[in-house]
Parts: sequence; C-alpha cells; structure tokens
Amino acid sequence: MFDDFIFRAFAAGIGLALITGPLGCFIVWRRLSYFGDTIAHSALLGVVIAYALNFNLIISVFAVSCFIALSLLFLQRKTFLPDDALLGLLAHSVLAIGLVLLGILSFIRIDLMGLLFGDILSVNVTDLMFVWIGGSIVLVVLILIWRPLFAGTVNLELAKAEGLNPDLANAIFTVLIASVIAISIKIVGILLITGLLIIPAAASRNLSSTPIQMAIISSIIGVACVVLGLQSSMIWNSPSGPTILAIALGVFILTLLPLKKLLISKKKIELNKR
Amino acid sequence: MDSLIELKNCGVFRNQRWLVRGVSLKVSLGEIVTLIGPNGSGKSTTAKMALNILKPDEGTNKIKNDIRISYVPQKISIDWSLPLRAVDFINLVRKHQTSEINDALQITGIKHLINEDVRNLSGGEFQRLLMARAIVKEPQFLVLDEPVQGVDYPGEIALYKTIQEIVKRINCGILLISHNLHVVMSQTDYVICLNGHVCCSGAPSSVIKEPEYIKLFGKNIDPTLALYKHDHDHEHLPDGSIDNSKKVQ
Repeated sequence: MFDDFIFRAFAAGIGLALITGPLGCFIVWRRLSYFGDTIAHSALLGVVIAYALNFNLIISVFAVSCFIALSLLFLQRKTFLPDDALLGLLAHSVLAIGLVLLGILSFIRIDLMGLLFGDILSVNVTDLMFVWIGGSIVLVVLILIWRPLFAGTVNLELAKAEGLNPDLANAIFTVLIASVIAISIKIVGILLITGLLIIPAAASRNLSSTPIQMAIISSIIGVACVVLGLQSSMIWNSPSGPTILAIALGVFILTLLPLKKLLISKKKIELNKR
Repeated sequence: MDSLIELKNCGVFRNQRWLVRGVSLKVSLGEIVTLIGPNGSGKSTTAKMALNILKPDEGTNKIKNDIRISYVPQKISIDWSLPLRAVDFINLVRKHQTSEINDALQITGIKHLINEDVRNLSGGEFQRLLMARAIVKEPQFLVLDEPVQGVDYPGEIALYKTIQEIVKRINCGILLISHNLHVVMSQTDYVICLNGHVCCSGAPSSVIKEPEYIKLFGKNIDPTLALYKHDHDHEHLPDGSIDNSKKVQ
C-alpha cells in the first residue's frame, strides 16, 4: 500500500490538510498571512542547506524557519518598524541569500518548479512519516496551548491579567507554523502553502459561528480540496499544489453563496407562521 | 500581606518619558478604590501595573499569591474574522459551567444574549458581557477600566447599578477607573486623582475640596451637584475640563 505513489500522495495531502485547518484559522484571526509567506520564502534557504550538506530536507527547512521566526520576534523588540516592513525585510533578504548560495554551490541541482509549486507524487515513506507523526505532534501541541493562544488572540492583556501565558503560547505557535511549512514543501510547495493555510479557514469562516467549529470545518474543507485537487491534477496532468488551491478557491466562492442566510430566513418564516 | 495588591512609588517610563510616576496604592478585600483623572493621565497604565501586565520601571508592585483576578479592559475590539458567541467569550480564559454563566449574565441583565455573536452586541451590551465574564467565578480582585465608556447616560446609570449589585454579591477588592466622579463617589472607599502623578487622594468626601483637583476639573464641581448627576447641565470634555455652556439659565 505504501509502495503506491498515488496512495502516498493522498495520505500526505490529507494529513497536511488536517493540520493546516486549525492553524490556518489562527493565521486568519491573528492577521498573520504575511508571516506565513515570510517563513515559506525563507524555506528556500533551508532547501539549499539541506542539499549542500546532504541533510534531511524537512529538518533543515524547519530549523531555518524557526530561526527566521525568532529573528522576527527579536527585531520586533529592537526596532520601531511595523511588522509588515520587518516581514518584507526578512522574506526577501533570506530568499536572496538562498538564491545566492544556490548560485555559488553550482553542484546543486534543485527542481525549482517542484520546490515552488509542490511535487506531491514524489512524496516518499519518510516524508509521509513526517507528515503524520509531525502533524500529530503539531495538533496535540496546538490543543494544549489552545486556551492561552486563543485568549491572547482575542485580547492579549486580558489573558495576561488573568494568569495565562499568551506570550509563550505565541512563541510555540510560531514554531508550529514553521514545522507545518517544513512538512508541506513537497505537497503544495513554498509559494502556495500560505494559500492552503488561509483559503480553507476563510471558507470555513463563512459557515461557522464558533471558533472550534471554524477550526474543524476548515480541516474538512482542506481535506476535500486536497482529495479533489489531487484527482483533478492526475486527470489534467497539472501540478498538484496549484490544482489543490484552485479547487480551494472554488470552495471559498461556494461558501460565499448565501446558503446560511437562506436557511435562517426559512427558519424565521417558520417562526413567524407560529 | 493583608492587601490584595500594593503599588509602592511605581512609575512607567516609555519612549523617553514617564507615562506615570510615583503612584502608591493599596486595594484590600471588600474595598473599592477609584482612579480618576483626564485622558492620558496614566490611569490605565496604573491599572496594568496593579495587574502585573506592565512591570514598573521604578517602584514595586506586589500582588498577593493565588488570588483570582478579573479584568475588564478599557478597549477591546473583536476581529471580524473571529466567530465568537457571548458564551465563548465568557469561557475565554477558563471554562465555566452553564449554570454559572447564566447566573453571571442574569446579574448583568443580558441572559437572553448568551448565544449571540459578540459583534452583534451594542456598546452597552458588550460592556455588560465584559462584566459578566469578569464576575462569573467570583474574583477576589476585580479591575474595571472605564466600564461605562461608550455608553449613553441612561446606560451608564444602569451599568453603575449593575456594579453596585456586583459589589453587594461578591466580596472582592475593586480597582475602578472612572472619568465620572459623582456617580463613583457614592460607593467608593478611596479616590485617587491622577495626572501623570497622584494629584490628590482621599475618601470621596474630601477629594473635591483639594485645590489641585479643582485646578484640574474647574471649581464648578459643586458637591451638591452629585445629587443631580446626569442632569446634562455640563459636559466633561476630552481633556478633562468641564463645559458649562449648555447650562440651563
């Protein structure tokens, strides 16, 4: 079963979508979409280092991502620049360093398209283990820090005043984002991972009325997009990452249709009849 | 330590200036301390030191160990991307039993809104929700930062009545921040008037006589005026001064 590359592709994609669901919700709630992009851009440096040192790709990208995330926290405290300027500074300078290194180390041959847009059919058993074991750890940690992280998202000072530690939760959350981006490279690619984090969460927002509901529906939508997207990419012979995201956009547009309103107004009419 | 919290000569220094300096205050169980002062006078900063959200740059802030603290912050805005019902908001920091939540919402008078999305609440309803959240597990130390802000006069009176109700039911120490002296004074034990530093302080009856207070708010505050509170015969301007132009002749 694990020998079948199509099975591996589906297993990896579904595993990833299950984690990006709730994490993506926090990215939307906390307005961190550009942060996801920054980490993803810096992933190229991790890839180059992995190839140069003949090291595991996912661990290398994870290490670089964590370093970038911590640098951001440091810069936020040291400078008066707004967050988006700092993120732009980090994203593009680290991307540039990655490209410079890639040019210098001319013996490295990287499938750039696969890196940018994902090459899900090349997922091997090790990658699959990273997705499912790493992903499970990410989910468990997220559940453990849910309360301080969520309370801090709603109001940082209130959470602090009443004895939670939202700062620690934020730092851990940053590491979780870094790890998800590291394990997602082969599946959707570094250019598109932010899309897989945000679009299902955004679609889910249109359908849900509580935070936990939004996180769960976001996972379900993500899984549906991965399954449909992979099927389509095989039929059309299109790259997997972009196809998954195109499908996700379609789902998002569907959720904009006033389905909920129709349901509610029906209920109201029924109530009025009584 | 018999007081719940104690600030000793505390100050916060930010961006080359002191936001507030030399503040000392104590809150004990069953006591209401009210902070008043114009905008930017350091009331919220002082409250944040009392809650240990801000570490003082000079002086010490002591908070008694293992006390239940509740905080009603001054400004809170819920992002549109967050689906959040009133009940989810109450369970934000700790999960509570539905019966406890219902009781708290009953006291603040918005029990019917338990499943309402918080962004659909009016300003007054949201302040009541903030208060319900703060009292759901009887706190020992309660900080209310301008709990009546953004609420019209009738709503303000109703909210103060709710606070009185809370005070009657729960034995806790309260640090109340207010821009409205008259209403607060009838219930408060101790008033501290801030404007970057402590201008004056004392029991409610004495504070109005302090010359520094009169300098800040004008001498038109007549102690008897308190009896006619919310009579709309004067207006508190954003800088803390009082506009008497609307006074009925």
